[in-house]
Amino acid sequence: MDRTTPRARIVSSPIDLGELLASVADVSCGATVLFVGSTRDQNEGRRVVELQYEAYEEMALKEMERIGSAAEAQWQIGKIALVHRLGNVPLGEASVAVAVSAPHRSDAFAAARYAIDQLKKTVPIWKKEVFEGGEVWIGLQGTSTTTNEKGR
Amino acid sequence: MVVKVRFFAVLRERAGVTSAELAFDRPPSVNEAWELLQQQYPALGPFRECVTFAVNRQYVDSWHPLHDGDELALIPPVSGGCDGEDC
Repeated sequence: MDRTTPRARIVSSPIDLGELLASVADVSCGATVLFVGSTRDQNEGRRVVELQYEAYEEMALKEMERIGSAAEAQWQIGKIALVHRLGNVPLGEASVAVAVSAPHRSDAFAAARYAIDQLKKTVPIWKKEVFEGGEVWIGLQGTSTTTNEKGR
Repeated sequence: MVVKVRFFAVLRERAGVTSAELAFDRPPSVNEAWELLQQQYPALGPFRECVTFAVNRQYVDSWHPLHDGDELALIPPVSGGCDGEDC
């Protein structure tokens, strides 16, 4: 399942944050920002049991690479790396991470913020939340067709 | 001409398939392909308002023309949802 481009990676195993940070290390950069999105045990009053991520992998990787490239064009940064984990992600573990190095912190923060916001808007990756009593695809709130009660 | 269709997430579950092939006499638009899909998989109907489309791994509008061998992907709302602030 693992796929890699210069700035993007999709993995099926736990995200190695140390390795991610090392991948953006640059001696010309005095600032590094790391964003980590992790799975929560609560959502909208529901007790979450498990989260499952599914992707249109070929396109997701291409979009993530494009976002990294766009961030490089917009801010003065050294290196940027985006990684997303797929499959079952146990509660409390990282499902997505963005690392950015830059000569100065303002560019590193801005580029990291842009990258995670864009990733969540445009990258074709979907999250299914399994909670006590049912499951739901996140992103479809407000439609009655989303909850598939398991009757537990 | 034949178009390959890929289904993901909630649409994959509702349609009960991960992929399908559609045959046309002449090049259809994405929207015409969707109409045919809706006939073959009626459970997709309620999702017309929230689905977006990608052809050969690029987002396209529903009037985009399809060609022989194209890969059409049905893209339900992505995991960040509308507000993108879930973590």
